[in-house]
Amino acid sequence: MTDIQKSYVLHIAIIAALAASFFVLPDYHVGVLARVMVLAVYAIGYNMLFGYTGLLSLGHALFFSAGMYGFALAVNHGGLPTGLALLLGALAAFLTSLIIGFLALRTKEVAFMIVTLMFAQAGYLTVLYFGAVTRGDEGFVLSTAQRTLAGIDLSGEATRFWAALILFSLCLLGTAALVKSRLGRAMIAVRENEERARMLGYDTHRLKLIAILVSGTLSGIGGAAYALLFGYVGATFATVQYSIFPLLWVLLGGAGTTIGPLIGVLFMFYLIDLSSSVTDAYMLIAGLALVLLCLFAPQGLVGEIRRRGLKWLP
Amino acid sequence: MEFGPHLLLATLEGAVTAAILALTAIGLSIVFGVMRVVNVAHGEFFMLGAVFAWSIASFFGSHPAVGFVAAILLAPLIVGALAAGADRLILQRIDYNPERTIVATIGLLYIIQQATLMTFGPDARPVEPPFNSVIALPWLEHTEAGWQVYWPWGLSVTSYKLFIIFAAVAVLSGIWLLMTRTRFGLIMRATQQDREMAQAFGVPVDRVFAYVFGLGAGLAAVGAVLVVPVQQAHYLMGHDPLLLSFVVVIIGGLGSLPGTVIAAVLIGLTDGIISVFFSPTLAKIIATLAVGMVLVFRPRGLMGK
Repeated sequence: MTDIQKSYVLHIAIIAALAASFFVLPDYHVGVLARVMVLAVYAIGYNMLFGYTGLLSLGHALFFSAGMYGFALAVNHGGLPTGLALLLGALAAFLTSLIIGFLALRTKEVAFMIVTLMFAQAGYLTVLYFGAVTRGDEGFVLSTAQRTLAGIDLSGEATRFWAALILFSLCLLGTAALVKSRLGRAMIAVRENEERARMLGYDTHRLKLIAILVSGTLSGIGGAAYALLFGYVGATFATVQYSIFPLLWVLLGGAGTTIGPLIGVLFMFYLIDLSSSVTDAYMLIAGLALVLLCLFAPQGLVGEIRRRGLKWLP
Repeated sequence: MEFGPHLLLATLEGAVTAAILALTAIGLSIVFGVMRVVNVAHGEFFMLGAVFAWSIASFFGSHPAVGFVAAILLAPLIVGALAAGADRLILQRIDYNPERTIVATIGLLYIIQQATLMTFGPDARPVEPPFNSVIALPWLEHTEAGWQVYWPWGLSVTSYKLFIIFAAVAVLSGIWLLMTRTRFGLIMRATQQDREMAQAFGVPVDRVFAYVFGLGAGLAAVGAVLVVPVQQAHYLMGHDPLLLSFVVVIIGGLGSLPGTVIAAVLIGLTDGIISVFFSPTLAKIIATLAVGMVLVFRPRGLMGK
């Protein structure tokens, strides 16, 4: 088998394993997996920019919440049909990333981190400022009717799981194809050595803008899907915390690997879930785990597996 | 009250914020400047400073001044030592790799926060200021009889708040002397300029880094000890100082100490003044966007090279 075939087999196997878990696992874990897969879509979006293009953003909560509020406000206040509102959510995230891309790409490295952080913070404060519409920190709950897509009620446990799986699979396979394509290769070239990529004739600024657009839109789709499937929207999702989460997930799972985001979210979720069933001090355990991982698995879990043998991991 | 006295009051409040911010941010700036790492746990060292200040002050509980003096001497030392230990134990082993440092310091942030919650508890606790007399401030008013000095009702500041400002200026001058006039400052600047060359000349870079990391955390702790008499110690108080320090350090220009101080004063004063006269949330939105735009159009910050 060639490397590309191997990686497609791997992706299909992961999707099949997730699908099989619906029939095997108890209800609680099926619910957890649905949430993990939606958040993994967000992490996949983040990974496109950070893992593959090498730009560290601290403001992705802005894209996540743009998608979330774009969708939720459209169904809640605009009374739009769910499908159309989802498109609007994705569009909101796309336009937000276009603006942020144009502005933030004037900067590099740490300044880029801070600019994205500042704009995301301004976005969070804006959500609070228009509290009459967004209900601020308290947030609001979507009704069952607003969560019905093409006649299918997505608030049920089973439908929610399958919807999450379909969305996750599309994003996983889509990004796997993208990183194998010429565009993806060029993004990796920017990550490895921007100067050299420019010398080779790539328009690195355009590549980075495309990476932000793909990354921001995917993150926004994650946000809209989260609101759709879990029915709750609140300002918490726009806080700095939600910008740091995807960075952590991606670093833990393995930056620049297609399956790293899923593994990272899964690991983090169960780490906190299991440790909080043992002790109240779950943050202490999470903190220790982060420090230890960073000492002993610098490339993240999947990155470490790739480094130690499976070189073909995409 | 009229506009003038209001503005004076807002400026004084802003100056207190600026003083604390300058101390905290200069700590972050030195660590970034010399070691080239972003310390996400910086806010937690600030919080630890405040928490230790409370414990030390209540241990020496006889007179507020005794407790406070003990706190300002001991708390920064303890925090600095803890930070230096964390540097040796963790950061040195990952060789200060930028991305791994972020994860490791986020881990450290969780550990410190949880450990504080488990020992100190979730309550906010006050430290009594060593002195706290109210000083009424005069204001000039133009009346029919010419200019007259009067004391508007409510226009006052406490002696402790003035002390915060002076103490911050004193500590910052000390840091400036340390950086420019001492051997340790010279070694720090050499390491900042070229780490490998410094090592080649026999500078024990590892040890310097541990000291610098401790110094940065200690400065945050000094800021925190100064702030507890007006703000109370709480285990979640590290969040805002971290974000603001980040902003200040970047706006000032990475690694530039004068730039950091200028940016701290600018942001502290703006925050104080804007939030007195406008809706606080709207003011924050505008200020945050302004900070972002400064960097968009001047990515190196105000004093960056």
